[in-house]
Amino acid sequence: MLEVKDLGVALTMGGQSVPVLSGVSFVLDRGHSVGLVGESGSGKSMTALAIMGLLPPGARVSGRIVLDGRDLLALPEREMCAVRGRRIGMVFQEPMTALNPLQPIGAQVAEPLRVHFSVTRGQANARAKRLLERVGLGKISPHRYPHQLSGGQRQRVVIAAALACEPDFLVADEPTTALDVTVQAQILALLAELAAETGMGLLLITHDLGVVSQTVADVLVMYAGRVVERGPTAGVFGAMAHPYTHALFAARPSESGGRPVAIAGQVPDPLYRPPGCAFAPRCARVRDVCATMPPLIGVGAHACACFNPRIAA
Amino acid sequence: MRLRSRSLVVGAVISATMVSVAGVSLAWTPYPPTAIDIVHKLAAPSPTHPFGTDHLGRDVLSMIMAGASSSLSVALIAVVVGAGLGVPLGAFAAARGGWIDDLTMRGCDLAFAFPALLTAVMITALAGPGAGNAMLAIGIFNIPVFARITRSAARQVWGRDFVLAARTAGRGDIGITVVHVLPNIAPVLVVQITIQFALAIVADAGLSYVGLGTQPPFPSWGRMLNDAQTFIWRAPLLAVFPGVAITLAVLGLNLLGDGLQDVLDPRLRRGR
Ligand SMILES: Nc1ncnc2c1ncn2[C@@H]1O[C@H](COP(=O)(O)OP(=O)(O)OP(=O)(O)O)[C@@H](O)[C@H]1O
Ligand SMILES: [Mg+2]
Repeated sequence: MLEVKDLGVALTMGGQSVPVLSGVSFVLDRGHSVGLVGESGSGKSMTALAIMGLLPPGARVSGRIVLDGRDLLALPEREMCAVRGRRIGMVFQEPMTALNPLQPIGAQVAEPLRVHFSVTRGQANARAKRLLERVGLGKISPHRYPHQLSGGQRQRVVIAAALACEPDFLVADEPTTALDVTVQAQILALLAELAAETGMGLLLITHDLGVVSQTVADVLVMYAGRVVERGPTAGVFGAMAHPYTHALFAARPSESGGRPVAIAGQVPDPLYRPPGCAFAPRCARVRDVCATMPPLIGVGAHACACFNPRIAA
Repeated sequence: MRLRSRSLVVGAVISATMVSVAGVSLAWTPYPPTAIDIVHKLAAPSPTHPFGTDHLGRDVLSMIMAGASSSLSVALIAVVVGAGLGVPLGAFAAARGGWIDDLTMRGCDLAFAFPALLTAVMITALAGPGAGNAMLAIGIFNIPVFARITRSAARQVWGRDFVLAARTAGRGDIGITVVHVLPNIAPVLVVQITIQFALAIVADAGLSYVGLGTQPPFPSWGRMLNDAQTFIWRAPLLAVFPGVAITLAVLGLNLLGDGLQDVLDPRLRRGR
């Protein structure tokens, strides 16, 4: 079980310590899936990097990230290396740059194996070949180089590498953002399928609500470094309450051809966040009380951090 | 592209010739390069002495050949010392960052504040003249050159996504440096090696010219130039042969470096 408890991250910018993440909590079990959604800058990647222990230098972390009873935040770097790739794998947004241009893809798929197990080159190659087959690249030679592959194929290579050691958890940070729409669906289907097949827990990060609603069991909606709404995916989408979730929903490109409604304004820079609810300046339902921080409280079957939630009758 | 690959070929041919001449000289030279024959001193080029003889009647061709071996071995060791210590130092600074990086780079700045050749002269003057000390003196000045170029190239690689991906695979700093960083900066290093090799040949010639490098009677190109000075009017060719040898060696290495730069650049290679 991977448990994130009251995670906070502060970065040092211009000599000043600026909180970019606060009070993020969730539980990810094996065989389970959690989605993190939110606009650019809402702190999704920071959450992922905190779990991997790869925050930028100068970052201060608070809270706990517990993997099977051990707090990852307290682990020395050496032991954290043994967790990365072995217990928790990660897939990145940019398949174009996440692969070493000078290494054949087979070697890159096998990299985690060679790091964590003493396998022979032959064993590693054989396993790389099977992994490539599993992600649908059975016809691609492991001796190919990344530049000889398409974006979707590269992302499959990245996924194969993340799966090499059969990790218990997979963190996928916007794995489809850089891909064509048709390829996006394929990659998501592949991830869901692999998660179901191996029983690994999946943390799927995206800014696309459509992606989340189809793929994960639980969802956390993030805004400006905080969780503003959370719960079972069906519950959240069936009865969304936070004005931000509503706005995100209206802003998504829909298949039915309805025009997406962009959210006015921008995510506030971490340096200039309002004292209360960070969404207040962009919110149509803002009230005086919104100048204080709203707590995450239950609305029906899920939870929402808003003093004036919009609950469908 | 055509022009560049031509410089690669020309550079490679010249450099390979130098190396083979040096290699052959270890086993065979037309005459023993130290054999004095006063009777035939300052002879003009002839079938028996293709490059003529010097003021002690030594065969100039044999001396040039033997000089190649001493010059190349001094330069080789100097570059091995410089790259052998400088590359790991720069790679370490890049991997660690922070104050370790700052300290290493300030150390390099300090080393660069001393004029290299003058300090090499000082080191050999203090430690005693000879090929061994020349190698060390030149090698020491190659360390910060390699440290700095390795560090700045490596920093760029460290900022790339595939390094972050390797971290998420569980690789540590050393593993990432060996598996991902060094192969990606190899082109830069190879080119720098050819440049430093050429500079080391010039430095060695300079040191032996002032008598601090390879010691007589073993011939060296710098020493030959110095000796030739006295007879510049009577036998100008005595200065021309070692001069041309030094120039050719440097030119060949520089062309080789230029050519390699293009062949090894992964972006250009990918384009093909
Ligand atoms: N290396 C960094 N140095 C300083 N600030 C950073 C750094 N990385 C991210 N930030 C800031 O931290 C906040 C959270 O960023 P994060 O990358 O987690 O957002 P995100 O939700 O992943 O967005 P995106 O959808 O663009 O990936 C942002 O306000 C961003 O400006
Ligand atoms: Mg992100």
